[in-house]
Amino acid sequence: MSEAGAAATTVEIPAPTRRRRPWLALLVGAWRQGRTKIGLLLLFSLLGVALLGPYFSPYSPTEFVAPPFSTPADFGGAGADYLGRDVLSRFLWGGRSVLTLSLLATLMGMILGTAIGLVAAYSRGVLDDVLMRAMDVLLSFPQIVFALVLAATVGPALWLLVLAVGITTTPRVARIARGAAVEVVERDFIRAAEAIGEPRRRILLSDVLPNITGPLVVEASLRLSFNIAVVAGLSFLGFGIQPPNADWGLMINENRNGLTIQPWPVVLPVAAIGLLTIATSLVGDGLSRSVAGIDGGGRSRE
Amino acid sequence: MALWRGIPGFIVRRLLLGLLTLFVVSVIIFAATQALPGDAARSILGRGATPESLAALREQLGLNEPALQQYLDWIGGFLTGDLGTSLAANIPVSELLGDRLLYSAFLMLIAALISVPLGIVIGAVSARRRDTAFDHTMSMTTLGLAALPEFVVGLTLVVLFSTTVFQWLPGVVVTEPGVGPWNYPKELILPTATLVIAVVPYTARIMRASMVEILESDYVEMARLKGLSERLVLWRHAVPNGLAPTFQVAALNLAYLAGGIVVVETVFNYPGIGLALVEAVQSRDMPVVQALALLIAGLYVALNMLADIATILVSPRLRTSLAAR
Repeated sequence: MSEAGAAATTVEIPAPTRRRRPWLALLVGAWRQGRTKIGLLLLFSLLGVALLGPYFSPYSPTEFVAPPFSTPADFGGAGADYLGRDVLSRFLWGGRSVLTLSLLATLMGMILGTAIGLVAAYSRGVLDDVLMRAMDVLLSFPQIVFALVLAATVGPALWLLVLAVGITTTPRVARIARGAAVEVVERDFIRAAEAIGEPRRRILLSDVLPNITGPLVVEASLRLSFNIAVVAGLSFLGFGIQPPNADWGLMINENRNGLTIQPWPVVLPVAAIGLLTIATSLVGDGLSRSVAGIDGGGRSRE
Repeated sequence: MALWRGIPGFIVRRLLLGLLTLFVVSVIIFAATQALPGDAARSILGRGATPESLAALREQLGLNEPALQQYLDWIGGFLTGDLGTSLAANIPVSELLGDRLLYSAFLMLIAALISVPLGIVIGAVSARRRDTAFDHTMSMTTLGLAALPEFVVGLTLVVLFSTTVFQWLPGVVVTEPGVGPWNYPKELILPTATLVIAVVPYTARIMRASMVEILESDYVEMARLKGLSERLVLWRHAVPNGLAPTFQVAALNLAYLAGGIVVVETVFNYPGIGLALVEAVQSRDMPVVQALALLIAGLYVALNMLADIATILVSPRLRTSLAAR
């Protein structure tokens, strides 16, 4: 009886349609939203500035070229910073670190969070409770406070920053992954996979995971948006990239006291970080609207 | 066994869970700051420290005792109001933080008093006027604002209203010791506005989402069919049920304010616990870092707990389902 059921289910669900079409539909659906296009346009322009900027920078980001706080009228370009370095050059060099660090932290949080969420949803029982209560405990630290506690102990270090932000991203992702997976593990094709003796790891990775990519992709864009804010915020507080490196958050920290005389070294990175977070959240919102559409459509088709 | 049933039972279980969470949080903070592999005294004093000063600091921090004893001393002190001695200022931590706590609490309180009702009203009106120009404008505005980091909002306000465009409001808070925060109304405007702008979008979006669902539900339809005015249907019937998820969000956001004040207080040089935490981390003042981390996490846990309990008490559907158990 169970063998017949298993065979029927595996025949019924051809792998390719399950795994490829939702992806495509998700992206197409997101692209149809006006906000996704605006977000992507903003995002690609800022990525361009951050990645290609260094090739267009007129000076070295650490070279002293003018008297401190020279205004654009005195020096040209966007003026000079508190040590007399070219603001435009430092701005063009300063985007890479924010992007790299927040991407790494988000990636770490997504991997750990998805793994924990999947295991919790699949195993249920005590392990589920223990894992999710542990996630709740991690959630009781605001991200920035958790990072500050670690920075106080170890001192400012970039690996630490990625670790701290990655760890605080984990519980948020785990909740989403578990929530989405709980419903998937109940479905017949998982029973079928169990019945034919697929190993647990394979069930989680090739049967459950492909079915929760929608919410995970949305969560990833949301987390990236938040993590850009946290990483830039920690730099702004002085616990990120250390001088004399160029970094958007650090630029704000260094030049805040000269805001009345020379606003550009603060205004440029503030605008870039602001637009970057807005862009990622617009794309995220487009994706999440698309996922909501797919779910509704999928149910009616079945 | 009646204690475990119904609404009182839920509250008791929720309180116990909160206490357990707080305990684990305190262990994590302690482990991260004091019992971490390596020498806390050396990491505080740096490489150039003499053996004598290292030994003295270890003695002062109680690092020579077993970890469990150290933890019990710390948490015991915390519960009785003895937060240890600041290494940088060399005065009791409680003395150092007294005024700062008052400043932060005041800032968070006015920010909450403005942002929670504002978010609820914006969300409810957006749901009522769903798919109108108002709704679309609010949706895009809140989406954009929700994404912005607090320091971006704060510094933009400073550039706009205090330094570059207009010079209307002070961008930095200069206070005298012993003077309450309410004596600086002008200085409070920009920090409060920053926190409000950081929190309102979330509250409004969640409120809108839950209201949209409720306005389509059977009992709202029923109220409409009874011939009640749309205004009465919205505020008397729909809003009370829509409040439940919003309470969660409001409390989460207040808790978020506890983290947000770290950055906002630094932007405006506002002398609260957020700025104190940043300063303590810079000077590696561990007793202050420990005390503030536990305080902020404690606030976070307490607010979440209150949100859960408030949700049960205000939402008619959940209340009846629990009482029936």
